[in-house]
Amino acid sequence: MGGTDGLSGILSLSQNAQWVLASTMMLGMASGLIGCFAYWKRHSLMSDALAHAALPGVVVGFALIGTKNLTVMTLGAAVSALLGGWLIQAIRSSSRIKEDTAMGMVLSFFFGLGIMLLTFVNRMPGGNQSGLDSFIFGQAAAMIRSDVVTMSVVAMAVVVLTLAGYKEWKLFLFDPSFARGLGLPGKRMNTVYMTALVLVIVVGIQAVGVILMAALLIIPGLSARYWTNSFGAMLMVSALFGGAAGAAGTLASMMGRGWPTGPFIVLAAAALFAVSLLFGVRKGLVAGFLSRRMKGRRARMRDRGDGAGIDAARETGAVAAGTGLAAIRGDGPALGGKGR
Amino acid sequence: MTMSYAAWILLTASLVGITCGLVGSLLILRRMAMMADAISHTVLLGIVTAYLATRELSGAHMLIGAAAAGLLTAVLVQWLNHRGVRQEASIGVVFTTLFALGVVLIATKVGNVHLDVQHALMGEITFIPWERIDLPWISQLPWIGSRFGSVPEAVALLSCVLVGVLAIILIFYKEWKLTSFDPALAASLGIPVGLMHYVFMAMVSATAVASFDAVGAILVVAMLITPAAAAYLWTDRLSVMMALSALFGVLSAFMGYGIAVWLDTSISGSMAFSTGIVFLASWIGSPKYGAAARWIAGRRIAAGKAADGRTQP
Repeated sequence: MGGTDGLSGILSLSQNAQWVLASTMMLGMASGLIGCFAYWKRHSLMSDALAHAALPGVVVGFALIGTKNLTVMTLGAAVSALLGGWLIQAIRSSSRIKEDTAMGMVLSFFFGLGIMLLTFVNRMPGGNQSGLDSFIFGQAAAMIRSDVVTMSVVAMAVVVLTLAGYKEWKLFLFDPSFARGLGLPGKRMNTVYMTALVLVIVVGIQAVGVILMAALLIIPGLSARYWTNSFGAMLMVSALFGGAAGAAGTLASMMGRGWPTGPFIVLAAAALFAVSLLFGVRKGLVAGFLSRRMKGRRARMRDRGDGAGIDAARETGAVAAGTGLAAIRGDGPALGGKGR
Repeated sequence: MTMSYAAWILLTASLVGITCGLVGSLLILRRMAMMADAISHTVLLGIVTAYLATRELSGAHMLIGAAAAGLLTAVLVQWLNHRGVRQEASIGVVFTTLFALGVVLIATKVGNVHLDVQHALMGEITFIPWERIDLPWISQLPWIGSRFGSVPEAVALLSCVLVGVLAIILIFYKEWKLTSFDPALAASLGIPVGLMHYVFMAMVSATAVASFDAVGAILVVAMLITPAAAAYLWTDRLSVMMALSALFGVLSAFMGYGIAVWLDTSISGSMAFSTGIVFLASWIGSPKYGAAARWIAGRRIAAGKAADGRTQP
């Protein structure tokens, strides 16, 4: 483990590593953004199923070309992920199987198929050096310049798409019937959203891996919910968390030889989630605890305050009466004391 | 002569198929399919932690560690859910985090000597027949002892879990049925629904752990969910569904092994693939809820309407 501290660590990285770092940060931001959409569309586990379903496509893409060409493999991944998504939809709508069961089936079926194909390809001449195994847990260090470019371009496109159509997306997510009333093309927007989701997943699997890619979509958005109630701010915070997790995880995984990137990115995201869960201003544990305390104290203060007021009034009355009596009897304080 | 290599593998996979089939039926009726997915992943963390604590890969330690991890998953998901995080999102956060932690521990602390990630995902069913233990009494019996006295560890473990699961399901059959189909009614009748939820989670964890070592996380998910879903398309009775689901599990195991030998590829990958084929066949061909039956029924209704239209002007 190279225990160098952050900044000098980054500066000592090779140029390629810096490029990789920048691209995983971009990927984190893009998945943070699209993850917010998935959060509101309740597609958290759907994205997990789609990510697993991408594996056979990656392997077939490799087998067709014979070399590790990210564009072709990404295309293959997108096709098989979309096929998986379509199957989930078809099973759900044409039988009495529920959505979660359909997702679990598609996920394990496609992953099993992917492993079968992977075993094949690894036996092919040159297949063993393909580093296809790294698609399971992600290996950012194995990325070359063209991979970095592909990933950054897709991530950029998603960021632009989200920001450019911000108002429309907001309506699409929160008030679809009103959006339809305004003449927004709901179906087409859904297609665009699904395409963006699948694109982020398939470009992300090289860095994060098919098993954990969904985490990068789910966790930042959920963490952002602890800081704000506004959708715009949620997007910002989520993108920030996603980018930070992507960068920090990549950096951590570069410290050991052959360490997988995905799990480190997910752990970084989870750490941010834990911080949000604890200290988030909206629904965080500490904030909740404090507000309960404050409420309790205010209630007690009010009780005690009112009580004190009454006591004070009583006391002054008593004292007044006492003094009155005292004036007659000459032992005021004792009576006042007894009166309480 | 003793049992052959292939026979042990098939026996192991069939035991996985039966156990998962039974548990899986309840699982999909309770709509907890993704919870099973989560638990079968987080079991890894339990196994790694147990290994780091004891530095040995023995069945008992792993079982305890993994069951604890499974329960931890269930509790964390429930807790987040109570704090206002939607079920699916909390499952998504909890299992990916715990799984990532397990993988990081393997990569940084364990190395690739005894335990590796590949193993965790795909299992090591190929090596199952060699890791033997001697059964205490049976190995001393005259005829049986030499043949079945020494069984693979995984077979012994899976048999124990199967007996346990079967006993729990049979003894509380009525309660399981009620809490799965109508939890509100069950609660009003005084059945401890919450307790049964955790007992069920423990059952899923135990099944996942016992199967995990043999067939890996992915096949556990496939075996838990898919045969049960296929069985759900054939019947409306829980008992029939459980039997069918166990049968489909065994069928997938044999089919998968056949495919793996034929194509010389990953055994557990092929078995997961086979569960999907069994489901696909049921989805299309089941006489009750299959797509073909639906289509024919739809055609018949349409034809009937058309005929009505012709006869009544």
